[in-house]
Amino acid sequence: MVDDLYQETILDHSKRPRNHHEMADANRRADGYNPLCGDRLKLYLKVENDVVKEASFEGAGCAISTASASLMTESLKGKTREEALRLIDKFHTLLTTDTPASKDLGKLVVFCGVRDYPARVKCATLAWHTLKSALNGTGEVATTE
Amino acid sequence: MSTPRSILETGFDVEKVREDFPVLKQTIHAKPLVYLDSAATAQKPFVVIDAIRKFHEVDCANIHRGVHELSQRSTAAYEETRGKAKRFLNARSRSEVIFVRGTTEGINLVASSWGRQNVSKGDEIIISAMEHHSNIVPWQMLCEEKDATLRVIPMNDRGELILEEYEKLLGPRTRLVAVGHVSNALGTINPVRTVIDMAHRVGALALIDGAQAAPHMKIDVGLLDADFYTFSGHKVFGPTGIGVLYGKAKLLDAMPPYQGGGDMIRTVTFEKTTYNEVPYKFEAGTPNIAGGIGMGAALDYVTNLGLDRIAAYEHELLVYGTQLLSRIPGLRMIGTAREKAAVLSFVIDGIHPHDIGTVLDRMGIAVRTGHHCAQPVMDWFGIPATTRASLAFYNTTSELDALADGLRKVKEVFG
Ligand SMILES: Cc1ncc(COP(=O)(O)O)c(C=O)c1O
Repeated sequence: MVDDLYQETILDHSKRPRNHHEMADANRRADGYNPLCGDRLKLYLKVENDVVKEASFEGAGCAISTASASLMTESLKGKTREEALRLIDKFHTLLTTDTPASKDLGKLVVFCGVRDYPARVKCATLAWHTLKSALNGTGEVATTE
Repeated sequence: MSTPRSILETGFDVEKVREDFPVLKQTIHAKPLVYLDSAATAQKPFVVIDAIRKFHEVDCANIHRGVHELSQRSTAAYEETRGKAKRFLNARSRSEVIFVRGTTEGINLVASSWGRQNVSKGDEIIISAMEHHSNIVPWQMLCEEKDATLRVIPMNDRGELILEEYEKLLGPRTRLVAVGHVSNALGTINPVRTVIDMAHRVGALALIDGAQAAPHMKIDVGLLDADFYTFSGHKVFGPTGIGVLYGKAKLLDAMPPYQGGGDMIRTVTFEKTTYNEVPYKFEAGTPNIAGGIGMGAALDYVTNLGLDRIAAYEHELLVYGTQLLSRIPGLRMIGTAREKAAVLSFVIDGIHPHDIGTVLDRMGIAVRTGHHCAQPVMDWFGIPATTRASLAFYNTTSELDALADGLRKVKEVFG
């Protein structure tokens, strides 16, 4: 019934989010806020020589936003800043257009169902807005608006 | 999914009533629509749809000052609604009924017209902890402009106002108390008669936000002794973009206009303009004529059904729904006031309201999820959002059964 949206991987990551903790020695941080649902998220990155070594997050949201943050932190490890920025665009394209998913997205393709639920796109993008602001180091609270 | 008639004691013939609402007869994602979002906007009966259609098909013209037949017809139809609203609220005079866009504009009108004239530095305005943003922000803006102070009546963990605390907030600097009659996020029916009396005792005025009361109970502004009372047409089964602000005549007379433009003037020269009498002084520009006519039909409709019967039937739905939901493990009701309208706001352990809302939607069940324009209420309960099923007299016990089944399905998916 809603299996197209809540695929197994999404449910798994929402129930047992990976990298779900504070990171004391992070060198990039950003806060995200979705004013529509009040969800808040803190993202931590450890970036060395332009490569994301570690990523983690804190905060509780809906299944979609939690799974998105969890899978995002997994997929960031080892990516350069440039690659991470490009991934943000590819993820956004996946959620908002019908174009075939980029192979670089890997497991993240499980979010393709979200495009049929326009009210939920912002849940899926919250972590990614926050990532952008962490990478760009703007220090502002990223919002989905 | 048909409800056995009159299984409830009130014997309200809900199946017959449902025939009046065309929108209810549809399927959503191949399931019969279960509309449980009437607090956001109520559905419209045929009589409202027909009245709006007839206006556009037969009577359409601008109102006031027209000598031609159509203009006279449309003026008469629009102004007839003023009389209906007067009776609906039991106001003393038609001139105490001002047409506005809705509750939000009603409150803004008072804040901007009465507030600018009567609130000054050091004065105080009191609202409550359970207000809708539209009964918070206009007062914040006024207080900021005037260097006045906004005070907030706290509530207990059932979501009831604490009147002893309210008593302590009242004082010689209190100018106005603005409180909701019924909370949209919690369902609490506030003791507004007492709230108003207490305000009057210190010489303050009282404004009541009736957005959630008008669809569910009989309102008597005379009995309440409210100074201002406002509601939205679209929540009482009328169209959007139209509503009513009631104000006591002597207050309205003394207040400056709200917006400038056509209709609100008596004479205009470049040197000086004199203003029209109330209520027209507050109604600049071409109003929502079709909306006003539609709202008139809606007020007739609920009056004919009988607000006392509506309230009694909805109370039975509320009791039924509350019992049903309380049997779902991990579900916590938010808002358990002893006096409550038919609003079921709740959270379920470990499952976000947005996920609940999405799964229910796929089962044809429309509920609202989020902060319900009452973020301070969510903060008070320490939650980001709730899921809210808000009922109207066209809802049935079997729809509540469907909701409970839906929630069990939600728990299966996310449990
Ligand atoms: C208690 C309350 N007050 C005010 C409003 C605002 O009404 P409107 O948006 O029709 O102006 C609402 C609508 O949700 C409400 O529930």
